[in-house]
Amino acid sequence: MRLALRLLWREWRAGEIRVLLAALVVAVAAVTTVSFFTDRVQRALARQANELIAADAVLVSDHPPSPEAARRALALGLRVATTATFPSMVVAGDRIQLGEIKAVSSGYPLRGRLRLSAGVEGEVAHGPKPGTVWVDGRLLRQLDLQVGGRVGVGARQFVVAAVLEREPDRAADFFSIGPRLMLHEDDLPATGLVTEGSRVTYRLLVAGSPQAVEAWRRAMAALLERGQRLEGVADARPEIRTALERAQRYLGLSALVAAVLAGVAVALATRRFVERHLDGCAVMRCLGAGQRRIFGLYVTQFALLGVMGGVGGGLIGVIAQEALVRLAVAQLQMDLPPPGGWPLLEGMGISLVLVLAFGALPLARLSQVPTLRVIRRELAPPTGLGLAGSLLGAAALAALFVSKAGELRLGFHVAAGLAGVLIAAWLAALALVWSLGPLRRKARGVVFYGLTQIQRRQQTSRLSIMAYSLGLMALFLLTLVRGDLLASWQKRLPPDAPNRFLINVQPDQVEPVRDFLLRAGLAAPEFHPMVRGRLMAINDRPVSARDYEDERSRRLVEREFNLSWARAPRADNRLVAGRFWGRETAPPQWSVEEGIAQRLGIRLGDRLRFDVAGQLIEAPVTSLRHVDWDSMRVNFFVIGTPQMLRDQPTSYISSFHLPVGGEAVLDALVRAYPNITVIDVAAILREVRAIMERVAQTVEFVFVFTLLAGLVVLYAAVLATRDERVYEAAVMRALGARRRQLLLAQAMEFAVIGALAGLLGAGGAAAVGSLLATRFFDLPLQLSPALWLAGIVAGSLGMIITGSLATRRVLDTPPLAVLRG
Amino acid sequence: MTDPIIRTIGLGKEVPLESGRLAILNEVFLEVKAGESLAILGASGSGKSTLLGLLAGLDVPTRGQVYWNGQEIFALDEDARAALRGRLAGFVFQSFHLLPALTAWENVMLPLELTKVPDARQRAREILERVGLAERLNHYPRQLSGGEQQRVAVARAFVTRPAILFADEPTGNLDETTGARVIDLLFDLNREQGTTLILVTHDPALAGRCQRRLLLQGGRLGGDP
Repeated sequence: MRLALRLLWREWRAGEIRVLLAALVVAVAAVTTVSFFTDRVQRALARQANELIAADAVLVSDHPPSPEAARRALALGLRVATTATFPSMVVAGDRIQLGEIKAVSSGYPLRGRLRLSAGVEGEVAHGPKPGTVWVDGRLLRQLDLQVGGRVGVGARQFVVAAVLEREPDRAADFFSIGPRLMLHEDDLPATGLVTEGSRVTYRLLVAGSPQAVEAWRRAMAALLERGQRLEGVADARPEIRTALERAQRYLGLSALVAAVLAGVAVALATRRFVERHLDGCAVMRCLGAGQRRIFGLYVTQFALLGVMGGVGGGLIGVIAQEALVRLAVAQLQMDLPPPGGWPLLEGMGISLVLVLAFGALPLARLSQVPTLRVIRRELAPPTGLGLAGSLLGAAALAALFVSKAGELRLGFHVAAGLAGVLIAAWLAALALVWSLGPLRRKARGVVFYGLTQIQRRQQTSRLSIMAYSLGLMALFLLTLVRGDLLASWQKRLPPDAPNRFLINVQPDQVEPVRDFLLRAGLAAPEFHPMVRGRLMAINDRPVSARDYEDERSRRLVEREFNLSWARAPRADNRLVAGRFWGRETAPPQWSVEEGIAQRLGIRLGDRLRFDVAGQLIEAPVTSLRHVDWDSMRVNFFVIGTPQMLRDQPTSYISSFHLPVGGEAVLDALVRAYPNITVIDVAAILREVRAIMERVAQTVEFVFVFTLLAGLVVLYAAVLATRDERVYEAAVMRALGARRRQLLLAQAMEFAVIGALAGLLGAGGAAAVGSLLATRFFDLPLQLSPALWLAGIVAGSLGMIITGSLATRRVLDTPPLAVLRG
Repeated sequence: MTDPIIRTIGLGKEVPLESGRLAILNEVFLEVKAGESLAILGASGSGKSTLLGLLAGLDVPTRGQVYWNGQEIFALDEDARAALRGRLAGFVFQSFHLLPALTAWENVMLPLELTKVPDARQRAREILERVGLAERLNHYPRQLSGGEQQRVAVARAFVTRPAILFADEPTGNLDETTGARVIDLLFDLNREQGTTLILVTHDPALAGRCQRRLLLQGGRLGGDP
């Protein structure tokens, strides 16, 4: 160990390991910076999403939760607040309007802020004071009331202190019917509205450290009473969940790319290190060092190097991510939590894995160097170990992918894509070198020398192409995913996405309501029939909540399904199995959404029995559909044939886009049809869109950083062939070659290698991108044909620039100094 | 009579060629006494470097045996042979083979460090002073002239006080004057330490300083040329 440390110090001082260490530090810095940043952004995003429930977790209950739940939360150091919501009439003078009352405790909201206007302006992090209420602008208009006026809620009168523009957890009350009136919980008993049998939804909100929240959730899960359920942000709204999942996947993917670049750099730098130490190891063997000794010495040195790379890269990562955050935070418009320690540990782990996985076997080559090399320089150890080292490294990278992706399938696919590119790059490089033969014979001048260099340095050329195409592929992949994939994603929620739902529209009201909206200048909405039914049996086997492990499935089974009927599936539903009937007169059958089918264990051909208003309806499942839940359009888990459901008690549901300032139309609509309920999802949409925009911005920053890391690694890769180039340039200059000729010949070589690598990288990125888009991001991906051209041009230019930078000293070294040594 | 420190029996080396096998060394029988100095002469390609490699255990013969102090070295595995070399042998090469990342001092220290000998620094310093490089301790090989590099190599070879010193064309890369100084040094240290010296050369002047000379021709060892 001490000798290894001494040798390492000597190597460092002599500049022998600086390239390797630099590659390692850059790589670890890239990984940790991305990790730090994504970790912080992810936590910030999660917290932001938590604002949608105004807490980190919520106990929802149809009766007042026992004090035990709050006591446990407080014991775990969590903050606690409570809300109670229920519909009630609100009175002002002679006007009466149905409102959605929400009584909040003093701590509310635990996450996020309320936005107020009129009376009190701006954002606040508390509810109204006792004796006052905050109300929705719509309610004020309906009651013909001003701020400062008085409203009656039950037996109590209140002063309207402000207009409530936005409350963070409005999305949680997705099915709240009326406009909001918020009061302090202390005022609730005086209203006399909450009595035995009142339909009140109670929420116990908790927030604090993720560990404590998780502990509380676990403890509460065992204590849940009938009518109670736990919600985290992931449960709150499916569209938020998918947005977050995509964000995490994308950011994780960015970090993966940095890991690939790291591996490439370490592999190249190790190769250079081994080549430069073959002589020294032969001498050491002459001097009495055994193979195991030499191997041990160098592996220990590399492990120490890994630690140094981990520490150095980690420190740079800490600084770089802070700089990135400072640069980014103004644009991100979000408060990031302080960095955690995990990325540092991860950086250290990755540094060691990379340096040992890519280094250990090539280092074993050093110990196998024939001792006779001291007499015969041309003797070299077998190269098999070098190749095996690359394979081991690749395997380690694949393992890193899986751990980084947090998901076996995604990690595996990215790894497989990269492996495919490696093999393709290797074969293509073979073909290129082979095809250069006839071309070279016809070429003259610098073209001849440039092509000769590639052909003569076959192995190095192939390796350069492989390494470079891998880096380019990663970069193109990011460009693709950032550009096309993100665009496809954001296109899902166009500015005119539906922001209002109309429910409880009676069959005879469908046409008048449609006309009403058309007259008001709105686009004609689609109406979908809705029949409520309880799932009784699957294949004659009675369905019970007890049959299902997870809470979500239990809830699905316990409540009534919203069934619908249609002749054909909607355009945005995709059939994944079976066939859709497509006829009005089709015999009875069901079409089921694939997610719920999987959750409840329903397969094609199963017979489902529903209880619809006391009548049992049974039919086979003949198709499974994929539904885009984040489209904000009306969708149904289960659809039946028209003839089967048409005569059942039906109401209609519709969604449409209401432009800003169109609230008066809705007020008129509700006055004309008091039974219709309008659900406002504009606030939810705004939240979802804000999260999407932030993710897109974050991704751009991460992308820029990964691009920089890629260029640095490419620089290291070209540096790996520097020794050879210095020697060749010296010989050629001694033979009379001019500086310009050498520069051009070198540029020619870089251009050809770069072009091929670019082409390969583009191909690989297109393949992996399509795979990711269809399999994981669930988006259609339109690839631009310009990608291929861009690949070739960018590959050539990048390689010429980076290569020339990395070899700029090659021609500055006096030929004599090279040829003597 | 003392036992030979090195003895070979029927040593032979063949290499595979496309057209069959080429014999580089044939039936070499050799005995070298402790403290003796022996020069192996021969033209380029005569097999003298191969013979040196086999005598030093750096390569494995196709047939025959090599004994050091009665120990058959090819009965040992490579690591055990390396350990034996570390204990008994020193080397001087034509192209010096100093480690470029190490200073002169550290290059000389290296064999002592590998065999975990105490006060490596002191001993390395003393021998570097002995070869006239006291002022050059902290210089890297690239900062030294060819002659100085070879003197460092000689110091490295003798610092372990080896019983046997193998030298492969030690003056091959040096001019006549510098070569002569290195030869003087080599034989002075050889005498001081009582080392057995086996060197391969095509330089008659160098060979002339040895007690015994053998000529290798067509892979066969002949008598004093």
